[in-house]
Amino acid sequence: MIFDVDVWARLGDSDIGATFTSASPATMLFGPSGVGKSTVLDMVAGLRRPERGHVRIRGSTLFDSSSGVNVPAERRRAGYVFQEPRLFPHRRVRANLLYGAADDHALAPTAAMLDIAHLLDRWPRTLSGGEARRVAIGRALLADPAFLLLDEPLSSLDRGRREEVMRAIERVRDEAGVPILMVTHDPEEAERLGSAIVRL
Amino acid sequence: MLLSPEEWGIVRLSLLVGGTATLATLPVAFALAWALARGRFPGKVVLDGVAMLPLVVPPVVTGWLLLLAFAPNGPLGRVLALAGVSVLFRWTGAVIAAGVMGLPLMVRAMRLSIEAVDRRLEGAAQSLGAGRWRVFWTITLPLSLPGVLAGAVLGFARSIGEFGATITFVSNVPGETETLPLAIYSALQRPDGDAAVWRLAGVSVAISLVALIASEALARRAGRGLHDL
Repeated sequence: MIFDVDVWARLGDSDIGATFTSASPATMLFGPSGVGKSTVLDMVAGLRRPERGHVRIRGSTLFDSSSGVNVPAERRRAGYVFQEPRLFPHRRVRANLLYGAADDHALAPTAAMLDIAHLLDRWPRTLSGGEARRVAIGRALLADPAFLLLDEPLSSLDRGRREEVMRAIERVRDEAGVPILMVTHDPEEAERLGSAIVRL
Repeated sequence: MLLSPEEWGIVRLSLLVGGTATLATLPVAFALAWALARGRFPGKVVLDGVAMLPLVVPPVVTGWLLLLAFAPNGPLGRVLALAGVSVLFRWTGAVIAAGVMGLPLMVRAMRLSIEAVDRRLEGAAQSLGAGRWRVFWTITLPLSLPGVLAGAVLGFARSIGEFGATITFVSNVPGETETLPLAIYSALQRPDGDAAVWRLAGVSVAISLVALIASEALARRAGRGLHDL
C-alpha cells in the first residue's frame, strides 16, 4: 500500500476530510471545489493537524491520533506543490529550487526534465504562470521527497501551459519513481494522469 | 553651514544618543512586535497598550516615571547602584529616554511588516524540510527586514528629536545630555542665540529628513517584495 489516509478535521460546521487507500503510483483526489481537497493535502503534509485518523505512506506512520504520533511537517519529506506556486520572492529561481535540496547534483537533470534550465537566474516575479508552476514542482522534487502532493497544478493556466505542466507531471510519475497524490476537479486531468481515482 | 566646535559636539552627541538608543531598543522592539504579531496569549491587548503608551502620554510624564525608576532609591536605580552605575545626568540616561520614546514607533512598523509576511510561504519552507529556526532566518526575517529597518530608522529619527522626557529625566547638561533639541532650547533662552538656533535647527531638520526618506524607501521595498508571489 502506498497511501493509507484517513484524516478528518472540523471546519466551522462541517467535517472535512477523506478516507482512502491506494497502491497506485498516481492517485487522484477528485471532487468539486469546496469539499476540502486542499485541506486533506495539508493534513497529509503535516501543515494542518487532523482531529482524528491516520496517515501512513509506504508503511511508515506520519500521523496517528490513537497512538499520538505526529511527525512534524519538516520531517515528513512531502514534496508539496501548492495551488499557487508559493515561490520565495526574495530568492532567485536557483535558490528556490535548492531550498530543500541536500546538494545541487540533481539540479541540472531536474531543470532539464522540467524545461526550466534557462530560468535559473531569474527572480520569481518575472516568471509566467506555467514557468512558476514548473519551478515549484522542481523545488519539491529536489528536496528528495518520499511522496509528492500536487494541489490542482494545472488550474489557472492557459491551454499551452497546461500541456507543458501536464507533460512534466507525467515525466515525474514515470521517471522519478515518486508516488503522487494529486488534487483535481477536472475529470479529463484525473483520467489522463491517474491510475487510481478517489472521489470526494 | 559652518558649526562651531561646541555645536559639532552637540551633533555628535545627538547621533551617539540616537544611534545607541536605536540599537539597544531594536531587539526589544522586535521581540515585542513578534509577540504582538504572532503570539496568542492573555493580556495581549494590555501589552499592546503599554508598548504604545510613550506615544500618547506627555513626554514629561514619561521622563518623570523614568526618574522615579532610576533614582538612587528607585527600583531600577538600586539595581544599577549595585554595579556602581548611575544614569542620572549622564548620556546613558538620555539614551534610555530616547529609546523608550522611540519604542512605540519601532514596534508599530515592525509589527506591520511581520504581519505582512505570507504565512503560506513559511508552510512551503516547512514542507521542504526547514525547521522553525531555518524558516525564521531564511523566510520570515528577510521578508520582514525592510519593514523592520524602516521602523528602526523611524525610531532613530524620533530619538534624535527627543526633548521632554530627556530634560525631565537627565536634565540639560552640556556635553553629556545636551542633544540637539535641548541645545536649541538653551540657545533660544540666550539673547544672542538666534544664529545658533538657525544652525542647529537646520542640522536637526536635515537629519530627520534623511531618516524619513530612508525609512520610506525601505518600507516601499518591503511592500514590493511581498506582493510578488
